[in-house]
Amino acid sequence: MTAIDPAKAPDAARTGTTAKGRRGRRLLNSSPAYMTAVLLVLVLVFSFAAPDSFPTPVTLRNVLTDMAVLLVMAVGATFVLVAAGFDISIGSVLVFSGVCAAKVMESQGGDGAGTVLLGAITALLAGAAWGAINGLVISKLKVPALITTLGSMGAALGAALLISNGTDVRTVPKAMISVATDRPLGVSWLVWVAALVALIGGFVLSQTRFGRHTQLIGSNEESARRAGVDVDRHTFWLYTLNGMLAGLAGLLSLTRFATTTISGHTSDGLEVITGVVLGGTSLFGGVGTVIGTVIGMAIPTVLNNGFIQLNVQPFWQEVAIGIVLVVAVYLDQLKRRRRNQA
Amino acid sequence: MSIVLEARGVVKSFGHVDVLREVDFTARAGQVTALIGDNGAGKSTLIKILSGALQRDGGEVLIDGKPVHMASPTRARELGIETVYQDLALAPELGPAENAFAGRELLRPGLAGRLGMLDKKTMRARAEEAFTSMGTDVKDLDAPVGALSGGQRQSVAICRAVMWAKRVVIMDEPTAALGVRQTGKVIELVRRVASTGVAVVLITHNMPEVLEAADSVQVLRLGRRVADLEARTATVEQLVGAMTGALDVRDETLGDHQ
Repeated sequence: MTAIDPAKAPDAARTGTTAKGRRGRRLLNSSPAYMTAVLLVLVLVFSFAAPDSFPTPVTLRNVLTDMAVLLVMAVGATFVLVAAGFDISIGSVLVFSGVCAAKVMESQGGDGAGTVLLGAITALLAGAAWGAINGLVISKLKVPALITTLGSMGAALGAALLISNGTDVRTVPKAMISVATDRPLGVSWLVWVAALVALIGGFVLSQTRFGRHTQLIGSNEESARRAGVDVDRHTFWLYTLNGMLAGLAGLLSLTRFATTTISGHTSDGLEVITGVVLGGTSLFGGVGTVIGTVIGMAIPTVLNNGFIQLNVQPFWQEVAIGIVLVVAVYLDQLKRRRRNQA
Repeated sequence: MSIVLEARGVVKSFGHVDVLREVDFTARAGQVTALIGDNGAGKSTLIKILSGALQRDGGEVLIDGKPVHMASPTRARELGIETVYQDLALAPELGPAENAFAGRELLRPGLAGRLGMLDKKTMRARAEEAFTSMGTDVKDLDAPVGALSGGQRQSVAICRAVMWAKRVVIMDEPTAALGVRQTGKVIELVRRVASTGVAVVLITHNMPEVLEAADSVQVLRLGRRVADLEARTATVEQLVGAMTGALDVRDETLGDHQ
């Protein structure tokens, strides 16, 4: 917790009350602006390197589709991180929700919209249930979020394997697969769903009381408590919503791949947190935007697509992102240190 | 001036330790009442009881002459009592206006408000108004509070309390961490707060500051009020004497200890 320490309180003359100090601070503060620049540079570099294939609608569509599933979870993760929480279990919750939905649809039978709807509700409820468990353990039992979600990461995946007997469920209704191939206005439904989630998430975080309380809790939990915010309740809802979004992502993943892809999501939690942090959300809470998260999630995806088109081993993407992540967090910490001592 | 907040014979003990032994306390509207005492005299405990953070074991707390029961800090705030804690309880990543309305956000009228949409413009304007009318030097309303100086942070915390306090503002050591110049500004601010008509309760260790800022001084020792002095006529020697018990002060309850 970064409570204010009055003992280290600086003298007015030395702080950033001068115009110069203010400008410098604002510049450092706008991490999303930074990352937009990085993203633009990447797009330009790839466009010059592969002028025939990269700057095309097809690439754009691929990037957006690749991002969609993770972005849905990243919006939830933004809220959790802004509230100074942590949730690494979302990849497993995605798998669990997908398996539950697939199993329910399988037992229901049929290829119609009714079956798909039932599957969708199952996925959302299954995700929300894991989120609620996380939320209760963290807010009521006060187990650290890292440990709680590390535990549920293992447990949710194990439960998914138990339900599916360890093999992927491939009986996805046709009505659902057609959703994935249907492209209203040029991009898949997956992208539209992700865009809608990001829009709503961005609105809620920046414009509503729920979002403000999320920032307040992340910035100074004790201050939020004294201001009369029901911190435990809010925390519970944050993790529940986050789980529900992972359930939605499970549904989207099922739609996209027409199978439950049980083993394909072990690193989702880390990828999402990486993207969110790249987008300027602080690991220490209080700061973060959904637009930043969209950009932060786009960077790894663009790198991946670009490297593939340039016939560079796409594994370089992971190396590059690893380095960028560490640099981004270093800058964030530097910023805080400067602000608190300057 | 009328008595806004009064404690009568308040008793509080933690286990076998009697922290407050029938302590009395009065704060008047439009005045700064300093509460002083040595470490362990019971200042913090009394303040916590008056701000709803602790429950008394016995005695009475009265607001405007009527006995009240303050079960929680939220209840105390509803009764018009705001507390500025020593750690200020500000959110460093949020701005001054956002902090001023923390937990009391204004929503837009109509449908947008029912969706939980904040009325940022009005909140900002009202916070700015409060900061200006209190004559504080918080110029940058967009900077996160963590980037402000210690004195400015103190101003934000005090202005926040004043914005919401209908009756009493309790300040716990508001100048403890500040330099000379900033202390002066905060003391001015404390005086201005009282001039708005609310009762200010000021807890401090700094004796000259007490005489400069306060209208009346109430001294606690060993869980009792041992002196209730006019700041205008009191001297530092008197205050220290009352705190340590070296000086015989008029309050007859002192007799028990001698």
